Amino acid sequence: MTIRTDALPTQEMTINMGPQHPSTHGVLRVILTTDGEVVTRAVPDVGYLHRGLEKIGERVTYAQYMPFTDRLDYLAAMNCNCAWAWTVEKLAKIEVPERAEFLRVIVCELNRISSHLIAFGSYTADMGAFTPFLYAIRERERVNDLFEMLCGSRLTYNYARVGGVSADAPPGFLEKSKEFLDYFEPKLDEYNNLISYNKIFVHRLANVAVIPAEEAVAYGLTGPNLRGSGVPFDLRKDEPYSVYPKFDFKVCVGTGERGTLGDCFDRYMVRINEMRESAKIVRQALAQIPDGPVLAKVPRLFKPPVGEAYFRSECPRGETGIYLISDGSVNPFRLKIRTGSFVTMNIFEKVTRGLMIADVVAVIGSFDIILPEIDR
Amino acid sequence: MEALAISLVNAVPLLGGVPLWAVTLLLMVVVAVVILVFALTFEGVGSLVLRKVAGDIQARIGPNRVGPNGMLQFLADGVKLVLKEDIIPANADRLLFKLAPYFVFVGSFAAFVVVPFGVGLIAADLNIGIYYVMAVTSLVVIGVLLAGWASNNKWALLGGMRAAAQIVSYEIPVGMALIPAVLIAGSLSLQDIVRSQGGLLGIFGWNLFHNPFTFFSFFLYFTAAQAETNQTPFDLPEAESELVSGYNVEYSGIRFGLFFLAEFGDMFIVAALATACFLGGWNVPFFNAGTLPWIWGNLLSLGVFLGKAFTMVLIMMWVRWTLPRLRVDQLMRMSWKYLVPLTFVNLLGVSLWLLVFKGKGIPAMIASLLG
Repeated sequence: MTIRTDALPTQEMTINMGPQHPSTHGVLRVILTTDGEVVTRAVPDVGYLHRGLEKIGERVTYAQYMPFTDRLDYLAAMNCNCAWAWTVEKLAKIEVPERAEFLRVIVCELNRISSHLIAFGSYTADMGAFTPFLYAIRERERVNDLFEMLCGSRLTYNYARVGGVSADAPPGFLEKSKEFLDYFEPKLDEYNNLISYNKIFVHRLANVAVIPAEEAVAYGLTGPNLRGSGVPFDLRKDEPYSVYPKFDFKVCVGTGERGTLGDCFDRYMVRINEMRESAKIVRQALAQIPDGPVLAKVPRLFKPPVGEAYFRSECPRGETGIYLISDGSVNPFRLKIRTGSFVTMNIFEKVTRGLMIADVVAVIGSFDIILPEIDR
Repeated sequence: MEALAISLVNAVPLLGGVPLWAVTLLLMVVVAVVILVFALTFEGVGSLVLRKVAGDIQARIGPNRVGPNGMLQFLADGVKLVLKEDIIPANADRLLFKLAPYFVFVGSFAAFVVVPFGVGLIAADLNIGIYYVMAVTSLVVIGVLLAGWASNNKWALLGGMRAAAQIVSYEIPVGMALIPAVLIAGSLSLQDIVRSQGGLLGIFGWNLFHNPFTFFSFFLYFTAAQAETNQTPFDLPEAESELVSGYNVEYSGIRFGLFFLAEFGDMFIVAALATACFLGGWNVPFFNAGTLPWIWGNLLSLGVFLGKAFTMVLIMMWVRWTLPRLRVDQLMRMSWKYLVPLTFVNLLGVSLWLLVFKGKGIPAMIASLLG
């Protein structure tokens, strides 16, 4: 947009978007400098939800830290639980029973579905269509029911343990999971018919905030945000962990099908398609799950050997890497967590320059950020 | 109104001693109160229906606590709005802040005056009916702009500016899309427009089926009118997810209530105009309600009119809960690049049609062919 120099003198306006704003997905504060509706600069100001999760890690034992990982990304608590368990197991070289690994994969992928459902729903709500949000909530409710069966809670699960999982699947859980998938997979087509290819929706997202592949890599984007730019990088495939190599699934990437490769629509579509792939993984895991114990023998006063470990896993919002240094005591010596949403905020200022205010909302939604993960 | 007063004075000998102006004034007040009651009832019930429809569409229940099946929810909402503390921000422009809701409410309420509810049910059959509606509903833009400005809140200001740009832009296509009905009736009076769609052709007497251009014009009008009254997918001035709540973000209590009521009032006005100008208004298909006794004829035509208008309102609600929202530049582009030229071409088409076929519509031509 060109601004005439001979026009009436106008001032740029500075607006606080957040920390309390309906579409910043939490307590994110964005300082917008706008010229009318056009954003000249949008600076994210993070830290309103800082709880010192990493420092807390140095004061509690390895097992005690598990509930804190629930609060790392409350929409994908299972993934964070398992990430922590895998890291500690890597540090202490613990062998995990295979059934436990299968259960972990099942809950991780179910949680990925429920997390992507929220991403999908809240994104459409951000774009002004409130109805799909409630459809997404309706489906997520069934995942929550499944997890309630498994571990008794519906949001912060505290399900994984160092060396396995806290409890075996109760009778009926595996069947119910399959029932859910049978119910859920056709719903994805319904969403696509209802909103994904809606003309207004496509026009709002296509060609907005395009991130070319090399830029996405340079800024360290991971997860669906990176794959939206067409980079087929998925830790489940490229750095396989747990029992993921046993499953056949596709890495979904953006294709630029409605606009430029790497725009908001691609990032949105990657999540929709990933839900389908996750469902595929869960189906295979349900079919192949072996019998056996679900928890390895880990001493109550667990002391890993001196050393350090870095483990990264594919969480719904990108790579969650946990770096752990042990000095041989019951507490970690140092803990650092790298999360997808936090790294994504790097590119925020760059891609939002010159967009409209409504597009800033579209960008925040397309990154699917979650604030506890950014602020930790 | 004065004619009615004279006939009333003649009919009721008791009123003989009262001056004519007083009777007229009294009648005016009575009519105004009746319309206000209707408007408020519609707005209340409308808000309930909106929430019930939303509940249905969104696979949830909707309000069901107050009264049987939640039927009295709107009363509870109304009482709550009236009782709530009226907060005026410290740095607001107090006078303008207080004034703004009235502009918005009056703009929407005053349009009810010329809505043709039935054969003889119209508060004032102005000979400039449509023009009047266009004029008074434009008052809304002043109110919205005032609200946005006086709140001294940047989100509200953005909302107000959006609303001003949007309402002004869409005024033109709305007006242009309504003119075909005026051309066919040869009158700006809404009663004349409705009467022109009567006759024995049933629903084919409607302007909607008059010729291809009027058919098109109905949809143009409906789209543009949705935008002019800030309905989804054009609800940018109050875009909740972008501007928090837009121009009314700082309002609370009954001042917010007035904005809220005006929104439903606008919804009804759009539906009523669409009904009157394109869907035959109060005309009962294959039947002339004017031949019935006054009271029955009016009741029947009122029922038909409200039935059509409420159907339109329901369609608006359906659209509202289905579509996402446009971006502000897309909204402007849609108005100036598509709707305005289309309505102009359409108007030209209707005029040429009327000129070439001497004012006859397709159904009338077919009817005359068949004898």
